Amino acid sequence: MTIKSLSRNIENDFPFLKGVVYLDSAATSQMPAQVCEAMSEHYKLGASNVHRGVYEWSVRATDRFEDTRKKVAEFIGAGDERECIFTGGTTDALNTVAQSWGETNIAEGDTVVVTLMEHHSNLLPWMQLAERKKAKLLWWEVTDEGELDMAQLPAILAAQPKLVALTWVSNVLGTINPVESLIPQLKEHGATVVLDGAQGVPHLPTDVKKLGADFLAFSAHKMMGPTGIGVLWGKKELLEAMPPCRFGGSMILSVRQDRVRWAELPHKFEGGTPNISGVHGLGAAVDYLQSVGMDKVRAHELELTTYAFEQLSQLENLIIYGPQDPAKRSGVLSFDFHGIHPHDLATLIGREGICARAGHHCCQPLLKKFGRQGTTRASFYLYNTRADVDALVAALKKAHEVFKEVL
Amino acid sequence: MMDIAADDDLYKAIILEHYARPPHKGPLADHTHYDEGINPSCGDEVELFLKVVDDKIEAVNFDGVGCSICLASASMLTKLLRGMSVEEARKFRLAFKDWITVRDPEPSPVDLDELEALGGVRNYPVRIKCALLPWETFEGALRKQSPN
Repeated sequence: MTIKSLSRNIENDFPFLKGVVYLDSAATSQMPAQVCEAMSEHYKLGASNVHRGVYEWSVRATDRFEDTRKKVAEFIGAGDERECIFTGGTTDALNTVAQSWGETNIAEGDTVVVTLMEHHSNLLPWMQLAERKKAKLLWWEVTDEGELDMAQLPAILAAQPKLVALTWVSNVLGTINPVESLIPQLKEHGATVVLDGAQGVPHLPTDVKKLGADFLAFSAHKMMGPTGIGVLWGKKELLEAMPPCRFGGSMILSVRQDRVRWAELPHKFEGGTPNISGVHGLGAAVDYLQSVGMDKVRAHELELTTYAFEQLSQLENLIIYGPQDPAKRSGVLSFDFHGIHPHDLATLIGREGICARAGHHCCQPLLKKFGRQGTTRASFYLYNTRADVDALVAALKKAHEVFKEVL
Repeated sequence: MMDIAADDDLYKAIILEHYARPPHKGPLADHTHYDEGINPSCGDEVELFLKVVDDKIEAVNFDGVGCSICLASASMLTKLLRGMSVEEARKFRLAFKDWITVRDPEPSPVDLDELEALGGVRNYPVRIKCALLPWETFEGALRKQSPN
C-alpha cells in the first residue's frame, strides 16, 4: 500500500488489510496499531477510574482522559475543551441534544426542520421530539442530483425554525453540504443548528468556528478510533443553560436530601463511569490523523473518488447516486448496477474479497425518494488505494456474469 | 465458459429462474389471509396472500421487493404450499426452517423439492433470514385472518 498523496507510508499500521479490499469505512473505519495500543495500555498498565482518585494510577488515567479532551477540542477548532462532551457516539450525542436542549426549548407550534438526507440518528430524535411537543416538522427536500434543494431555502427561512437538524456529509450520497454558507442564514432567522458530523469530521479538516453550527456530533469509530465513544461539541452558553439528562455518578457538585447541584461543564453531561479506554483510543486516533494531516486525508480521498468515478462509469448500467462532481462529495459511493439487488451484489463482490455495504444505510426516507429499497455502497478512507477501486470493478464484472441471464 | 449460474454454490439456476419468472406473483383478490414481512436490515418487503377454504390452501401468491434469495424462496413457497392443508403447510414450514438453519442438516422429513437449492445460504449465514422471510410471513398471515 503505497499512497503517494499521503506524506508517509501507513501500510505497516494496518497489517490485517493485506488481501482484503475494505470499502466500508463509512460504517466503521479500521484501527491502526497505535490506537489499539493506547487502549490496551489503560488495562495493561493498571486500570483505574478517572476523577477523584488520589493514587497514581487514577491520576495517570484522569490526566490522559482530560488531555484527550483538549486534543479533541484542538482537532475541531473549539476554543474551550469544556465544550466537548464525551458520549457513546454520534447517536448518543444527538439524543442528548434532543433530550436536553430540545425538551427545554421546543414548544407546541414551533417548527423543526430535518433534511431528507439525514441518517435516522439525526432524524428520529427530532421526529420523536416534534411529536411529543406538538411541534411542526418541516422536511428539507433533496434534489434528483442528491443535493439539498436550495429552491426551498426561502420557505425554510420564512418558517423561522427553532431548530435545523443537518448533516455535514451524507452517508449515502456522499454529498458535502455547503454548511458554511447555509448555517449563517439559518442562524440569522433564529434557528439553532445541530450538525451531524459523523461522516464529516473523519474526512474533512474541521473548524467548528468556520462551520458555525451550535452543536456538532461525531463518533470515534469512523475516524480510526474504537466503537462506543464519540463527542458532542456545543457552544458553551447553550450547554451551560441546558439541564443534564443522564443522572448518576460524576455529574454533580453536591447532593443533599433537599437539594442537588449539578457539576460544571463538561461533567454535567457525563453521568456514570465513562468509556476510559475508548477515550484513550480516540486520543490516539486524533494523533494519528493529525500526523497524516486532515488536508492530506481529504486530498487522497478526492483523488480516489475521482478515479473511482472514471472507472465505474465505464461499466454499463452503473448509476452512482449523488453529485456527479467528485469535488462536491466525500469518498462515499452508493450505486446501482443493472438493478441487481444490493444484497445479491454485496454477496457476490464479497466473495471476491470486497467488503462493501448493502441496504438502506439507515436513511429510508432518502432511499424512497430515489425509488430504492437500498443501494450498494463503497466508501474510502486514507488506507484505500487505486488497486481497491480496480478490484471493485473486476468483482462487479464477475457479479454481472452470474446475473446476466435473468436481468 | 460454462454457465456460471448453474454451478454457483448460492445462485443456482432454479433460484434465478424463480427470481426472474415467479409463477404466482401479484395480489390475490379473493384472499382470506394476508401479512407483510419486513427485513429491517435491507428494507425488503414481502406480502403473502392466502386463500384458505375448509382448512385447505387453495391459492397462495406473493408480492413485494427483495433480493433473489428472498423472492425465489417466496416463489417456491407459493408453488409448494398450494393444495396443502393448513396443518401440513405449518409442518412443512417448520421442517424447512429446521433444515435450513443448521450447519449439517439431517434429511428433512418432508420433500423440500426445489427448496433444496436454497441450502447454499448456509455458507452465507446473514442471508438465511432472506430465505426465511416469506416463511415467517406465511405463519404471520395464518395468525392474522384478513377482514374480507
